[in-house]
Amino acid sequence: MIKRELVIVGGGPAGMAAAIAAAESGVKDILLLERDQHLGGILNQCIHPGFGLHRFKAELTGPEYADRFIKLVRDSSGIEVSLRSFVVKLTGEKRLSYLKPGALEEIEAGAVILATGARERTREMIPIPGSRPAGIYPAGLAQKMINMEGWIPGREAVIIGSGDIGLIMARRMALEGMKVKAVIEIQKTSRGLVRNVVQCLEDFGIPLYLRHRVTGIHGAGRVEKVNVAEVDDEYRDKPGSGFEIKCDTVLISVGLIPENELLEMAGAEMDEKTNTPAAPEVNLTSIPGIFACGNACKIYDLADWVSRDSEKAGKMAAEYLKKVLSNQRRDL
Amino acid sequence: MKRLMTCIECPQGCRLSVETGGLRVISVTGHRCPRGENYARQEVEAPMRTLTTAVLTRGLELKMLPVRTSKPIPKDRLQEAMEAVKRITLTSPVKTGAVIAENFLGLGVDLTATRELNIESRYAVWQN
Repeated sequence: MIKRELVIVGGGPAGMAAAIAAAESGVKDILLLERDQHLGGILNQCIHPGFGLHRFKAELTGPEYADRFIKLVRDSSGIEVSLRSFVVKLTGEKRLSYLKPGALEEIEAGAVILATGARERTREMIPIPGSRPAGIYPAGLAQKMINMEGWIPGREAVIIGSGDIGLIMARRMALEGMKVKAVIEIQKTSRGLVRNVVQCLEDFGIPLYLRHRVTGIHGAGRVEKVNVAEVDDEYRDKPGSGFEIKCDTVLISVGLIPENELLEMAGAEMDEKTNTPAAPEVNLTSIPGIFACGNACKIYDLADWVSRDSEKAGKMAAEYLKKVLSNQRRDL
Repeated sequence: MKRLMTCIECPQGCRLSVETGGLRVISVTGHRCPRGENYARQEVEAPMRTLTTAVLTRGLELKMLPVRTSKPIPKDRLQEAMEAVKRITLTSPVKTGAVIAENFLGLGVDLTATRELNIESRYAVWQN
């Protein structure tokens, strides 16, 4: 079995920042595994501006923010990047198996940083009654379709949830010529940044229904309409408040869940409510030598903070490796 | 006349109170940095927005290339700009920051690539 000093799983903002910081802290042998054909992770589909204001004092788009880190990764000595590499197994002893084109690789790592990001919450998790027609997308998936694959998901859309991804997508679809008929939010205020309510909804005249919920999605084959109702303080439907909106597309933007399948596989303790590692401090897990950073550790609202905290994870891993090495020397 | 607005320059989203006389700004309050005051003036006189979208490609690694205007453009020209973007097809590799359309729509701004994009991998040497 091949031995590597530090293996980082995920080449998005978290994994890249961790790798760079670990290299700067003296780790000489870093393997950065990314399942996609490019580094950058979800930044690649976030083509809107708003990144890097803290980090670079410039308003960058997601790909531009990624680009700066990709260059730093390339310029760091000791980081080997393996693309199209998907980790399928992790043990508590820090043994990893990953698939890459034409091969299944097995390695033993001195330390592991999991920067595996998050997944979107789906319709089933809200849940919304009605039929199961085509045309219902998690907002981030629709974002990838439009921005990277060049597909327009439909003609008339309703967005459920007013998180930042949903707001950004409202503007994106409006720009692409779709009619965005409503954003429906059950809370009293938008979950997204105020600036996004202004520049994504108000700029395009898209109505935001606060304290409303979608009570049903209907359609034979394709989405045809949604039912909407106003809710009271206990989130019960107000009698007589129901109305319907015709649409062929529904985007679900109701939050993210940290992606920690590998960590669970390794036997780490999890906080079941949030699906995050149970640990006293950010970036730590219950297994010494296995770290988690970025959205896998907790859900962030700014990529700049992901980079900042993930650098700490890179340093923590470097410290851990130094300690293990000096203990081994002492034992000899 | 008093106008309330939210600054969109950064994620802080300051609530601005703007005293205006017609299309002129008399005073701005509520901003936590100088960008807020500039934003309020611009927003009253002529609202500007940076356009970010994606351009269709052929023979490259990804089907779409993300692009941006190098500077903000008038808000009321956004739709026109989108229509112009849809007429572009990119066929050669680009580096981040490469100009895709110079002096876009005669607005004095360039349309630039926000990432690098190489030739589709089945034609390229395997790099891994």
